[in-house]
Amino acid sequence: MAVCFTLGTCLQLRVEKWNTRAQSDSLLAILLGDGQRMFANHFFTKADVYFHSGYYPSWMDQGMATPDPGHMTEEHHDEHEEAEHEKAMDFLGAPKDWIDRFGRNFFPSTHAHLDKPGESREILPWLRLSADMDPQRIQTYTVGAFWLRRELGKVDEAEQFLREGLKANPDSCEILLELGRLYDENRHNPVHAGNLMQLALRRWDEQEQAQKKPDEGIRLQVLIFLSHVEEEQGNFRQALHYRELELSLSPPQPEIVKQQIEELRAKLGEEKRAEQTPGSKSQTLEK
Amino acid sequence: MNTVLALSQVVIKELYRRKDFYVLFVLTALITLVMGSANFFNDDKIVRYLKELCLLLIWISALFIAVGASARQIPAERENRTIFPLLAKPVTRGQVVAGKFLGCWLACGIALLMFYGFLGAVSISREHEWLVLNYFQALWLQWIFLAIVIALVLWGSIVFTAPSSNATICVVLVIGIWGLGRYLNHVALQEREPLRSVIYTIYFLIPHLEWFDVRDKVMIHGRGLVPWVDCFLATLYGAAYTLLFLFATWLGFRRKALNT
Repeated sequence: MAVCFTLGTCLQLRVEKWNTRAQSDSLLAILLGDGQRMFANHFFTKADVYFHSGYYPSWMDQGMATPDPGHMTEEHHDEHEEAEHEKAMDFLGAPKDWIDRFGRNFFPSTHAHLDKPGESREILPWLRLSADMDPQRIQTYTVGAFWLRRELGKVDEAEQFLREGLKANPDSCEILLELGRLYDENRHNPVHAGNLMQLALRRWDEQEQAQKKPDEGIRLQVLIFLSHVEEEQGNFRQALHYRELELSLSPPQPEIVKQQIEELRAKLGEEKRAEQTPGSKSQTLEK
Repeated sequence: MNTVLALSQVVIKELYRRKDFYVLFVLTALITLVMGSANFFNDDKIVRYLKELCLLLIWISALFIAVGASARQIPAERENRTIFPLLAKPVTRGQVVAGKFLGCWLACGIALLMFYGFLGAVSISREHEWLVLNYFQALWLQWIFLAIVIALVLWGSIVFTAPSSNATICVVLVIGIWGLGRYLNHVALQEREPLRSVIYTIYFLIPHLEWFDVRDKVMIHGRGLVPWVDCFLATLYGAAYTLLFLFATWLGFRRKALNT
């Protein structure tokens, strides 16, 4: 009886562990283990291949840099960025012989992106699979949500995907930034968007304090957004604070930021003068 | 010609009596339909991933049907000793080789028609259009690809003793050329002489099977058709290699003792 009881108590703990594992992980997770990340990367690259309509360096195309997948979500490119991307994607070079030249007629050999309306939906299955394989891969969620809401108008699906990503990565400021954009641009709810951005800023600061070296570009985008929202709501002091923080991050066009700061200071001054002027609205109300 | 056609009919009958094609077709259909039933962000127009998967399965299936069917043709005739009454008809050895090749090639063509028909049906159900010319070009070039493979395997069946070793070596060779043939010139340029010349010679000698794989350009990513002139030239290129391998098969078969 004593042996049975002891065995029962020991085994119960182990069985519970098995059950927890079975509930939390899918069959693929149990089978593949860490190999899932490799597949997740492959599927994410596959999405990029589709984004370039099949024109993509294979593992044999040595000596060229794999294009930055962030290119998938960039909205505007200046000429320099475009030239850099074209250069990075010119992995084939000039044909080396007649076989090479003739063979290029049979596979996608020119650089192109998904341009036709609705064509971008074709990258989504690979992003979905990538997210299933590695839920900690943050870029998968941001890229997927970008295409869902911007190109396909699937705002609910984009939000669901982002929230799923946020559940798996609660500290991610990138996902919060994208979620904030969704609330601002698609749901037209700048207040909620601002709250999400403030949370993103807090997460970014926490990551920096933990010396995880978060991306400064994310902080810059969050600050730009916050200052814009605060300015629209008439909170010039808070907007000025965010602009000053933005300037400290050395933005790409500091002159414009400085000009915006001056404009905000001027607005703050006007506001103060209006408050101090006798007969102003506030004083009248007090009387 | 009638003799060659009669021989080819026997090979075609053999294909539809065997289970290989049916098993591969059902597997392809099943996997494609299961993947097609997956829901990605409530969008039922997503089709390219499905086409890619289905085409990959079609290429694998067609390759194995072609290799499997052609590798056993001549050895089976010899093992069963049916080659003796066949040659006593009288049928020349050249006609036997041509008949076996034509039968395997036509059988693969029939199989391809069924596979592409299925792919077309799946594709239409999603994107509501059927690009007939794209399907024709992809099917045609794959069929030419299979002609080279069948001729190579028939030659292998004269050179190698067992059909299993012949099939394995040919599959490895075909997949190797198909996957790496395009890059041999890059590899050659990174090497020093005389290795560079050796690799470059191999690069120019091998049949560039990758030309016949137009899945990415024509079928999946919608990059338009391969120019018809290039398609014709590729057909001539494929025909030249097929004839070369068939000639080598005939040369080997002509001198081969049949009673061993």
